Amino acid sequence: MKRFIGFIRKEFYHIFRDKRSLFILFGMPIAQILLFGFAITNEIKNVTIAVLDHSKDLETKSIINKIKASPYFSIENQIDNEKDIASEFKKGKIKAVLLFEPHFSKNLETKKVAVVQVVTDATEPNVANTIANYTAAVIQNYQAQKKQSKNNQVNIEVQTRMFYNPELKSVFNFVPGVMTVILMLVSAMMTSISITREKELGTMEILLVSPIQPFQVIIGKVFPYIFLSIINAIVILLLGFFVFKMPINGSLFLLLSESILFIISALSLGILISTISNSQQTAMMLSLMGLMLPVIILSGFIFPINSMPLPMQIISNIIPAKWFIIIIKAIMLKGVGIEYIWKETLILIGMTVFFIALSIKKYKIRLE
Amino acid sequence: MSIKVQNISKSYKNLKAVDSVSFEVKKGELFGLIGPDGAGKTTLFRILTTLLIADEGSAAIMGFDVVRDYKSIRSAVGYMPGKFSLYQDLTVEENLTFFATLFGTTIAENYELIKDIYIQIEPFKNRRAGALSGGMKQKLALCCALIHAPKVLFLDEPTTGVDPISRKEFWEMLKRLQQQDITILVSTPYMDEASLCDRIALIQHGVVLKIDSPENIIKNYDKTIYDVATKNTHSLIHDLKNYPSQYSVYAFGEFVHYTDQENNFDRKELEKYLKDKNHTDIKIKQAQIAIEDVFMDL
Repeated sequence: MKRFIGFIRKEFYHIFRDKRSLFILFGMPIAQILLFGFAITNEIKNVTIAVLDHSKDLETKSIINKIKASPYFSIENQIDNEKDIASEFKKGKIKAVLLFEPHFSKNLETKKVAVVQVVTDATEPNVANTIANYTAAVIQNYQAQKKQSKNNQVNIEVQTRMFYNPELKSVFNFVPGVMTVILMLVSAMMTSISITREKELGTMEILLVSPIQPFQVIIGKVFPYIFLSIINAIVILLLGFFVFKMPINGSLFLLLSESILFIISALSLGILISTISNSQQTAMMLSLMGLMLPVIILSGFIFPINSMPLPMQIISNIIPAKWFIIIIKAIMLKGVGIEYIWKETLILIGMTVFFIALSIKKYKIRLE
Repeated sequence: MSIKVQNISKSYKNLKAVDSVSFEVKKGELFGLIGPDGAGKTTLFRILTTLLIADEGSAAIMGFDVVRDYKSIRSAVGYMPGKFSLYQDLTVEENLTFFATLFGTTIAENYELIKDIYIQIEPFKNRRAGALSGGMKQKLALCCALIHAPKVLFLDEPTTGVDPISRKEFWEMLKRLQQQDITILVSTPYMDEASLCDRIALIQHGVVLKIDSPENIIKNYDKTIYDVATKNTHSLIHDLKNYPSQYSVYAFGEFVHYTDQENNFDRKELEKYLKDKNHTDIKIKQAQIAIEDVFMDL
């Protein structure tokens, strides 16, 4: 046990004295989450939109004026024909069209319901989503004022239509996604590098010719990174929660336990990589190419798995990150307990055990 | 017997690195493996320290088989690889502490053993190992290899890349360690260090050419070698090589070592020959035979 503690102490010395890896360890998660976060939740300001007003009456005029008055939109021009919407979008200048149905005021008077459509160019899905939400908010506000002044039960229905990309993804996608990528990358890359460094510098030779057991070396290598990765996970969750208002609806304890499980599976992948590479460079390239790309592409972080071709969907099943993203999304957004995610958890446990067993088996007790 | 090696062979692809090597090292002996780079010394060390498995043959350290009982060997021997293999980002003291705990001991417990050596690097104990000079690094590495009081010490080229003074000190330390009943197997490419060992094995291309004490090796050398010097060393070597009865010619320090085929070699004749070749300041005298001379002849 003393031997083991001595080994772990040495690992911490390595980590804290290597400024570069320390930066990767803690700088990268923060930088990534902020980058992703602000890239996705960019506020809109002065977005140019067009108006297609089939009624041209008092109500529509005042709604248009209200929208004009808001800092978010500037109204570029009037369109007279619905056919022009597509061509206006293709020009790329306007991002949305406000479409009032004919007889807007009359409908509001007689039917108590009138429809305004917000047609957005959703090639940039997040912008489109924000525009739709903002417009709806402005109109709702108008409606509320109207109710107050006239004590009149009317309903302006805001319909949104997304052009080009009808399936908008949630903004809350990125915190689980980035967390997954970071934990996978940091855990796997750092362990594989720290083990191959011992090989490269020749210290592995001395470790081998000593009474320390292979599993002690492996656990000793992994332990500091479990610890640091948990801190990383917490930092990401805090950033998500406070900076980006990412909700954590489920149990925090369950969330952290699942994170630790995923961290361990990533670490065991790192050990596996270190058993097949002899230099730090190889280990780094293998981690980047072999882990980061599949995690980003096949985990459902960026591209929805449902819309992948069938072979890719099948391959995505062997990516631990896929299961982890499902699990943490369910916990954070839906607030579910273990009874809903035990299957995914079991798959993750199975993978982890497999990787650990394989890496202990592949760990070389000699030099070749 | 502390170390027993029997017909060990090891090949890498087509290259035979160690070819049927056998030798024995007695308890408390300082045994040297002498040979140039690429002679197979490191491979042999790795086989004996259980890091590699030999293709053929067997070896035992203190009676433990290097393949079957590798665990017992690993906790009993001290090993200093040829490449400096300590943690460069750890300080001198941290390295030593780490290796002590690795072997389940403490610095205090075996301080007596390393005292002589450690005292020299103690002023730098808070310096990172990577920032030490070559000689200091070797002393620290030796301390780390000794900290668990091993019965057998394997030192693979410990003095390579170390300045002459540190080299000398290093060998003095080995002599002192030997008095503590530690068996030492040391390899070196420097022939002048051979005479400091109790017994040596001359090794080249994976083959052991001779095993004996340095004195016996020199004593049993049956040829007479001459130191030859003239003003123009370069053409001297060329001219000596063209001398009809020459056996071997090579530069050796400030002289050229010359050996003749004939037993009744007359140095006057050689002097005359060199004079005819326009050499001046000709000096010819019988040379002190060194291990290197024996090695050159093998």
